[in-house]
Amino acid sequence: MSNENMLSRRGLFMKMGILFNGLVATALAVPIVRFLLASVTRGRANAYLSWVPLGPVGQFPEGETRLATFRNPYVTPTDGKTVDTACWVRRIEGDQFQVFAVNCAHLGCPVRWFQQSGLFMCPCHGGAYYRDGSRASGPPERGLFEYPNKVQDGLVTIQAGELPTPGSPTAFLFGKKPPCAA
Amino acid sequence: MRRLITQVGEWFDRRLQLAAPIREVSEHAVPRSTASWWYVFGSAALVVFLLQLVTGILLALIYVPSASEAWNSLQSLNHDVALGWFIRALHGWGSNFMVAIVLIHMVQVFLFGAYKFPRELTWIVGVFLLLITLGMAFSGQVLRFDQDAYWGLGIGASIASRVPILGPAIVKLMLGGPIIAGATLTRFFALHVFVIPGMLIGFVCLHLLMVLKLGINEWPMPGRVVRRATYANEYHELTKKDGAPFVPYAVWKDLFFAAFILLAVAACAVYFGPFGPTGRPDPTIIQTVPKPDYFFLWLYALLSLLPPSMETPALLIGPVIAITALVLLPFLSGEGEKSWRRRPIAVLTVLLIAVTLGTFTHLSGFTPWSPHMNAWSGDPVPKRFLHGTTALQRQGALVFQSKQCRNCHSLGESGGQRGPALDSVAVRLTQDQLIRQVIQGGGNMPAYGKNLSPAETTALVAFLETLHPTEQAPARDAALEESSERHASPQP
Repeated sequence: MSNENMLSRRGLFMKMGILFNGLVATALAVPIVRFLLASVTRGRANAYLSWVPLGPVGQFPEGETRLATFRNPYVTPTDGKTVDTACWVRRIEGDQFQVFAVNCAHLGCPVRWFQQSGLFMCPCHGGAYYRDGSRASGPPERGLFEYPNKVQDGLVTIQAGELPTPGSPTAFLFGKKPPCAA
Repeated sequence: MRRLITQVGEWFDRRLQLAAPIREVSEHAVPRSTASWWYVFGSAALVVFLLQLVTGILLALIYVPSASEAWNSLQSLNHDVALGWFIRALHGWGSNFMVAIVLIHMVQVFLFGAYKFPRELTWIVGVFLLLITLGMAFSGQVLRFDQDAYWGLGIGASIASRVPILGPAIVKLMLGGPIIAGATLTRFFALHVFVIPGMLIGFVCLHLLMVLKLGINEWPMPGRVVRRATYANEYHELTKKDGAPFVPYAVWKDLFFAAFILLAVAACAVYFGPFGPTGRPDPTIIQTVPKPDYFFLWLYALLSLLPPSMETPALLIGPVIAITALVLLPFLSGEGEKSWRRRPIAVLTVLLIAVTLGTFTHLSGFTPWSPHMNAWSGDPVPKRFLHGTTALQRQGALVFQSKQCRNCHSLGESGGQRGPALDSVAVRLTQDQLIRQVIQGGGNMPAYGKNLSPAETTALVAFLETLHPTEQAPARDAALEESSERHASPQP
């Protein structure tokens, strides 16, 4: 019985034990990976996006750009102030609006509006944008991110819910080429 | 009494059986040349890491990893809890020192050729330790959940989002949701407190194990060449002929330096105090100029100086190339000369990298690429530029300020440096060129055509034309003058 090629009884049990552990580990890995990727899978098909009101139309004078804030539609109990988001609202005329994310299209720093020169300027790396959100100068490769907007029941409403980043699907969907102001 | 201690010690060692291996490890022979002040950085990095472990656990007694409470708990550490400020300062300065010491250790190992055969894997593990240390530094900056941390995360997300196809998924994985919020802080807390330190401890153990197994790198002598076939015997001979026990022959320098570094961290902590937190992490407060901690300042500078089209490739491919090069280094030059005296390219590479990183870091101190957001209202036009000017020119100076030109252009050394200083712009550009530049922009300047009335443009250009030194005449259009001269002078 001392044939080296033969699988001993103990050897078989050990291999079965390893196989059994492998099966259990695989079975456990499924929920663990799904838990880890929860924030990614939930965000598919723009599930994070909703329409959020910014305020009555009258709050935004025609031809001007004002800072507005809204609460992110997706909130968890420990978010604190981080779910309050700022955006720049430009009322062109009547119900025609452009709503820009404050996040620079370069690396996401908050841009500031300068009424007199009609420019948005970024304090981080010096990106600048015209009043219609198009790129004026500096490192950004594109114009400001724009939220889709509509006027509903006299309220300016935008579709928001995700941090706008250069690669996010929302950035591709909306505002890649902001309509020219003139 | 002494007998009792010995007996207790023996009782434990009968069960643990650790005394012999510990004695063997501490008394193992090392080449006498390694008992040098150049060989103290590795142990110093380990000691600072231990300090970080202790102070980190102490901070965790008070810190609340919640987006709504983290900032408040840091305030109470700074102001309410006795010596909370000191523990925060120790941890913050400890992190700065750790990054610096790890880098110095790496440079020393590189210049002394210590990464060569048979210590290739020690070097590679060291490269991972550097990356892990930087990961600790970044995640630690996030836990200081203030404005810089918030916008720093935004920058991280913007960079991550540029990865082709997977970008958006990586961003959501990194943030733990669609935006920077509660889940972002808790996952960075888990990374900073459990995952990365766990990896760090594991890799440090591996790193040390290999140092013990393979021996400390001997002092490199020009002409003593490393060969795979003979090195092990040569090293063995060296430790036998010219070796000394690590304890106490070499260790006292490590001990002195470690104590000195701890003292330096403590001195910085007492003198400079803790880092921040800066303003509350409230994204609706946009009057902020976020800046990374010092070890990432070079990157901050690089990102504003690269041409826009090169940025994404540089961000995504650059780190891959750098890490690959570091990992491949011991395989590409695993043999040969160790001494820096015979490796001029190695020395030049270190100098080049050091000067580059130093220059970028220095530039980040005054960010010439950023507009000065308040220069238009805060820095008046210096009086000397208005001496003896006409009403139109003064009107132009007013336009110059109110249209925020000053945010990017300096006059008399104050104002932004994004665009060129305009103290002598009239020497460089003629009237026509000035009008064209203002209206159409170009060369990284926005076009102001839509934001200036013709009257404002006229006034502004009239003011800009006065900006030249008294001894230097303003620029003229030579072509125009030539043609007018031709018209004026009678044809022969």
